[in-house]
Amino acid sequence: MSQYINTCILLPNHHFTTSSNHSVAFFNHFGRYVLLLRSLFVRPEKTSIYWKEIARQMVEIGVGSVGIVVIVSCFLGAVVTVQTAYQLTTPLISKSIIGSIAANSIILELAPTVTVLILAGKIGSKIASELGTMRISEQIDALEIMGVHSSAYLVLPKILASTLMIPLLVIISAFLSIYAGMWVGEFTGVVSKEDFMTGAIQYWIPFMASFALIKATTFGFIISSVSSYFGYYTEGGALEVGKSATRAVVVCCVLILLFDYILAQLLL
Amino acid sequence: MIEVKDLNKSFGAKQILKGISATFEAGKCNLIIGASGSGKTVLMKSIVGLIPVNSGHIIYNHDTDFINIDDAGRKELRKQIGMLFQGSALFDSMSVEKNVIFPLNMFTNMTYKEKMHRVNECLERVNLKDVNKLLPNELSGGMKKRVGIARAIVMNPKYLFCDEPNSGLDPQTSIVIDKLIKDITDDYKITTIVNTHDMNSVMEIGDYVLFLYKGEKYWEGHRDDIMNATNQQLNDFIFAGKFFREIKEQNTKRLSDEKNK
Repeated sequence: MSQYINTCILLPNHHFTTSSNHSVAFFNHFGRYVLLLRSLFVRPEKTSIYWKEIARQMVEIGVGSVGIVVIVSCFLGAVVTVQTAYQLTTPLISKSIIGSIAANSIILELAPTVTVLILAGKIGSKIASELGTMRISEQIDALEIMGVHSSAYLVLPKILASTLMIPLLVIISAFLSIYAGMWVGEFTGVVSKEDFMTGAIQYWIPFMASFALIKATTFGFIISSVSSYFGYYTEGGALEVGKSATRAVVVCCVLILLFDYILAQLLL
Repeated sequence: MIEVKDLNKSFGAKQILKGISATFEAGKCNLIIGASGSGKTVLMKSIVGLIPVNSGHIIYNHDTDFINIDDAGRKELRKQIGMLFQGSALFDSMSVEKNVIFPLNMFTNMTYKEKMHRVNECLERVNLKDVNKLLPNELSGGMKKRVGIARAIVMNPKYLFCDEPNSGLDPQTSIVIDKLIKDITDDYKITTIVNTHDMNSVMEIGDYVLFLYKGEKYWEGHRDDIMNATNQQLNDFIFAGKFFREIKEQNTKRLSDEKNK
């Protein structure tokens, strides 16, 4: 019955015009988001089909995002090294500090947050527009008519794939950024490779890696679940699919920044 | 057989379905007709459970009330339902073959060879050959509808629902699709419900016709009775075109002449 209610409840493109209704709108969205997540916990019609779908999503979300992660990470590492060197002009401070600051910034913030913000745009809009198009072209209704639990079949693999693959992408991003920073430091002459790595290793705290992975996992879940919510409940036509995708990306970005602060406050 | 009893549905303050009752017989092509906005699609989607109703009963096969059924029962019943959607609703990312095989993959333990045999059987049944590997965007509108029908019948459903199967098709292709729906209904003895406002379909395949007007049932009967129906709204709808109006006039004149003789 819950799935039936879930399929038929008010859709998120309903507009709440007065300011007093904003809080109602928020709780309405939040309630339906929780209902959507709850509806995912059902026995799969056929486990092997779900595993295949998870694997397919892992390739699409993970492998499909490697290119953009490589580009973003290289530039992030390069920029943070050059800018750190620009600010540390005094000869009293060791050059290795540049490596330390760059590596710590990359691992704590740039790789898990900035990279994921870029991924929110790519993966979030993809998920929301894919599900939105399926909704308005009645493909989700077709699944329901067949007897397939549409939310579990379409949303669960995306959430699992995203929650698993985004931490891996963040690890790749962190390594690439540090290496890019090291090489740019060497080429521009602001810091040698040896000094950079000495600084990076000297001030290394293992918990930073755990913290980065906790953040990446949380953000991976936020991106996939929030985007799925906006896509799954799209109502209308092509215009609304675009609106859902935009809303999904904006809400994901805001939530990522909010949880970035919350996690930093709680764990550091 | 599907019985609908006193079905009511509102969206906000607007009531779309007003106490609809009807019986859709097994082995017959049951047509729901009416102007745009009369509630045809809402009625069909309510019958298959895609839209929740406010009150009423939808009884499948004499004993299963779809309104008060639990999740497991609903899923089981839906395995007996095939539906052709207005826009075909084929999965964009899957080839024709994968679209049709999808329900078999999901719900059966057949071997790949058995599944492919069934897929090819269904595609041949809808007169499609050598399209297995094509994607939906490589098909014409009529071919998409036929793939939709193939996917709908692949699980041997007891109930077939077609939402405006002729929309966007040329008259010739529409006749092919109508004939296909009629043949499948007769061959498999399934309960077929078709939403349409295509008068050719009504006259070709309408074993039972339910006419909706502003969410209310205004007329029901066999297609042969339409010509002599006295319901004003039905006549306005059916004989809106000059062609059908002339047929109606000729028919009325013929009956009058026969009566005078």
